[in-house]
Amino acid sequence: MSTVLAQKKPLPLKLFTVGFLSLWMLLAAFPFLWTLWGSFKVEGDFFSKADWANALFGTMTVIETGQPFTGQGYEGAWIQEEFWRAALNTLIVCVSVVTISLTFGTLGAYALSRSTYRYAFWFLIIALIFRAMPPITLVSGYLPVFFNWNLWGHLPTAIIVLVAINQPFTLWMLHSFFNNIPKDLDESAMVDGCTRFQAFRHVIVPVMWPGVITTALFSFLLAYNDFAVTAMILSKENQTMVPKIASFLGTTQTKGNVMFAVAAVVSVTAPLFIMIMFFQRQIVGGLTAGAVKG
Amino acid sequence: MKHKSFFWFVLPSTVAMLLFIFFPIVSVVVQSLYKSHEQVIVETENCGPFGCNKTTTIDQAATEALRAERPLGRFAGLETYLDRGHLATTEVSTLWQQSESWGQFMGRMLNLPFYKAIFFTLAYTFVVTPLTIVFGFMIAVAVNSAAKVIRGPLIFFSLLPMIVTPLVGSLILFWMIDARGVIGTALQVIAGDPSLSVKASTPLMWIMLMVYGVWHAAPFAFIVYYAGLQTVNTDTLEAAMIDGASRWERIKYVVIPHLLPLTTFIALIQLMDNFRVFEPIVSFSASAHATSLSWAIYNDLGGETRQLSSAAATSVLTIIGVAILLSPVVVRTYRDFSRK
Repeated sequence: MSTVLAQKKPLPLKLFTVGFLSLWMLLAAFPFLWTLWGSFKVEGDFFSKADWANALFGTMTVIETGQPFTGQGYEGAWIQEEFWRAALNTLIVCVSVVTISLTFGTLGAYALSRSTYRYAFWFLIIALIFRAMPPITLVSGYLPVFFNWNLWGHLPTAIIVLVAINQPFTLWMLHSFFNNIPKDLDESAMVDGCTRFQAFRHVIVPVMWPGVITTALFSFLLAYNDFAVTAMILSKENQTMVPKIASFLGTTQTKGNVMFAVAAVVSVTAPLFIMIMFFQRQIVGGLTAGAVKG
Repeated sequence: MKHKSFFWFVLPSTVAMLLFIFFPIVSVVVQSLYKSHEQVIVETENCGPFGCNKTTTIDQAATEALRAERPLGRFAGLETYLDRGHLATTEVSTLWQQSESWGQFMGRMLNLPFYKAIFFTLAYTFVVTPLTIVFGFMIAVAVNSAAKVIRGPLIFFSLLPMIVTPLVGSLILFWMIDARGVIGTALQVIAGDPSLSVKASTPLMWIMLMVYGVWHAAPFAFIVYYAGLQTVNTDTLEAAMIDGASRWERIKYVVIPHLLPLTTFIALIQLMDNFRVFEPIVSFSASAHATSLSWAIYNDLGGETRQLSSAAATSVLTIIGVAILLSPVVVRTYRDFSRK
């Protein structure tokens, strides 16, 4: 059907579509490719006063280092500025946040999707309101307490805070996935003598993985991309990658080493790039799960 | 499901949300009503051979003791809300009396930090949200008409601006629009003005922040619409074609009504996300030209002097803003639910 429609398209419309798509592709992809390419140059090329084409051919890079590509930015960021430490922290935070928030989330969302009482609905509405709170407004509530109890600055604190902030979203998303798993499945298990938890454990858990993986991806993104929370409640030694980049902007611009930040930015983007490559289908499915069914 | 098992199942996430979302909100409200103690100042008179002179010193011990005794600070009521950094009631009323015209009044009011922040936040929210929806819809229609083979790569690249960390994505754009970056240079050539700099101009900065906003959010609208387009009823489309509907009429009368519920969903998510605009202001170092509510809180919290009360007051005002923004949605959802 859609192919029939496509064939019948008049030429101007076809040209317009092709032009529009090419423009969008350029807008979407070019900044990343440009920065990736530029991260292997020296600052004089990436921010070229003389000629913008220097960034392509690396004129200054050849003059300064003898080769058209240089790993100076990466070396400076990862070794000199110890970006590897931030990368390690990010790894710890993301893995913990995803594991904990999915454990909490699957239990809660399963109950919400199976309860027929009105309070389940209100629970979801309150979760939606919590989802709308900008995280930074909550941070000003955490700080006095965290300072008093000496919780400020540690990774576990950031992890549990991010888990809590992720909960509303996780619950909503998994709720819509659980709604799609037929109720008969666990109810028949309960007729056979299982308790509610046994039914969940032995009947629902084996079939819930597609939904859980999709939710895990978004949970990961929320933790990985967070700036507001991690910048405010982690001490300097425990910083994750995103606040570390922000602190580069403060320190390295004065030293004339923006290229550290450029290299760090590329390093942060690379895992996301790989993630989309492998999980494109799940991401697309996840974005639409809430919308198309709700 | 029985009440008891429901309770145990939702317990972990309820505890997490109570402790780290609900109580912080309460704590923010309380905090905003207090102010930190002023330092205890002792005046001592030193009388020497050349007469007496008075010196004032800060009594560290007494200050510490006072702070330990009442860690919240002194009760200030709505004082923080009404001061210059927030609602600035006195300043606004003086401005109102001094200004001759409405425009002059508005212009002066936007110099006050809170009004500057809220004005940009609202402008950003209500410009970026509709543009995102329109642009996302256009991409979805275009991708949907592309050959099946290239749709995968098209979606892959389209996802990039949305998935990439907002701070990182905005930095990438910021470096390109730098006066020495590639887009910055291109703008200078187009405008024919070699000294043109986005960083120095308020209108250009606003435009760039909003361009970033649309760039970042359009993929989301695109994906949702694209999925919606896959479920358009082909029978209805065919019937419309047989009845002689043109391509535009088919989009207008079949496709758009089908996608309307999705638009509500996208608008809701986008309003929530755009209202908290924050990262691009940090990476564009745009605070001289544009600030947002979230940025104002961040600015109060960061730095050497953590102005907790001021941040708390702005937070409460932001939460009220979110509540107003969300209220129509909640009312509607409630009506839908009651009807069921």
